[in-house]
Amino acid sequence: MNFSETVPNSTPGADPRQARYARRKLINIVALVASLLAMSFGLFWLFWILFETVRLGVAGLGMATLTQMTPPPNDEGGLLNAIYGSFLMVTLATFVGTPIGVMAGIYLAEFDTKGWLANVTRFVNDILLSAPSIVIGLFVYAVVVTRFKSFSGYAGILALTLIVIPVVIRTTENMLQLVPAGLREAAYALGAPKWKVILSITMRSARAGVVTGILLAVARIAGETAPLLFTALSNQFWTSSLSEPMASLPVTIFKFAMSPYENWQNLAWAGVFLITLAVLGLNILARVLTRTKI
Amino acid sequence: MNTTTMVAKDERSKISVKNLDFFYGKFHALKDINLEIPEKKVTAFIGPSGCGKSTLLRVFNRMFELYPEQKARGEVILDGDNLLTSKQDVALLRAKVGMVFQKPTPFPMSIFDNIAFGVKLFESLNSTDMEERVEWALRKAALWNEVKDKLKQNGASLSGGQQQRLCIARGVAIKPEVILLDEPCSALDPISTAKIEELIIELKQDYTVVIVTHNMQQAARCSDYTAYMYLGDLMEFGATEQIFFKPSRQETEDYITGRFG
Repeated sequence: MNFSETVPNSTPGADPRQARYARRKLINIVALVASLLAMSFGLFWLFWILFETVRLGVAGLGMATLTQMTPPPNDEGGLLNAIYGSFLMVTLATFVGTPIGVMAGIYLAEFDTKGWLANVTRFVNDILLSAPSIVIGLFVYAVVVTRFKSFSGYAGILALTLIVIPVVIRTTENMLQLVPAGLREAAYALGAPKWKVILSITMRSARAGVVTGILLAVARIAGETAPLLFTALSNQFWTSSLSEPMASLPVTIFKFAMSPYENWQNLAWAGVFLITLAVLGLNILARVLTRTKI
Repeated sequence: MNTTTMVAKDERSKISVKNLDFFYGKFHALKDINLEIPEKKVTAFIGPSGCGKSTLLRVFNRMFELYPEQKARGEVILDGDNLLTSKQDVALLRAKVGMVFQKPTPFPMSIFDNIAFGVKLFESLNSTDMEERVEWALRKAALWNEVKDKLKQNGASLSGGQQQRLCIARGVAIKPEVILLDEPCSALDPISTAKIEELIIELKQDYTVVIVTHNMQQAARCSDYTAYMYLGDLMEFGATEQIFFKPSRQETEDYITGRFG
């Protein structure tokens, strides 16, 4: 077939088309410029924050920061007890919160997708997920701290755990829902029991996503101040006992940054730099894990 | 309905379907199906989309039970036992009645483990026996020569046609008696399709094969018996040559010749 015969000559209808095309091009340019402006507005603040963090943080950072305890005003010192406290509480909260969150997520995605219990759980979880962290801090204060008459590392861990659980539940459920139904059916078609299908097939496919969710939850609690303020409080000295008040980086930053003493302010910036670095590292790790998934 | 539920007298039937009704919630998807599936032959289910052919296939390994709103009523007799009664252990049934799906579904693990996964569910083989079994299954599925040097690679790294043959090998590895194929070639290119069709003809020496297909030529090429279904009814069932060359119903002829469907 010869196409030049069947396609009508396009010149007669060309003018209105050209006008529409010009208009579309104009709208395209306007939208592009607006998007670029919005993006540069966001990036401008982000880079300014990062620049200040690095500039002031590196200035306040030294070997003493990583080896000495938080000092009294106008004295030499570091952040070791705060770093240790943060590390301990974040790690334990993750270890307690992750299995609970993952198992609840599996329940929602694999066992009871539409039942009333699942719907109630999802609803409550959404509330917990969007609850301001200070509310969680006050809750733990009222339930634990007032009862035992002492601020403690345990109370801090509990508050952080309550933040980890809803995040992990949500990401686990979402990631399991992304696993194609065909993959599950294929495993059942071989005669595999349900627990085996979940452990070996669906969780395995969703592994990268679930781990990413956990890492993002860790990144979130690493920077939380409000839930620790009423629970673990802070501690000027070294302690490894979880039943005593415990120092943490965010609370120490909060306390030091608001103070009039220059050495405290410098240490606050060093702390900010360390937290930013840790959170950045976790985010990059999460990215790498999702990219090399299968 | 006076449907031909007959099968040539010299065939032994592997699966007998008797008065089978199937419901998706309230929707009546299969209506009083009666059918004998002969042993060690290829039986094809054809018919327009939504006619119930995949639904019927998914009754044979009780796949539909994964979804609580789906219900089957009637009898499906496999080797003398009604597989729909709850006494039948579903895992053992599925070991006996394997299934391959429309889209290739390699598990997120190595090619070797893809095959070994199903075998380990029912047998505890030592590593030499397991290696032999994996090789045997891959040879059965005509995939061995293409993957023998990369058994440690992820199953998803294979091409679509290879993945589908991997799924067939996975089903064959647990030594089933019946293999159900649900449009196994619809996602594949013509060369992979040809390989799988050859494989289907190979497989019927040892297994009873039931295949759902939208492709008339495929049904004509590789099946011994054909069932034509329409809107939940089994319209006609018989030897493939008879269905394709001398259908007894006008509707069957219209569908096969492409005037309808």
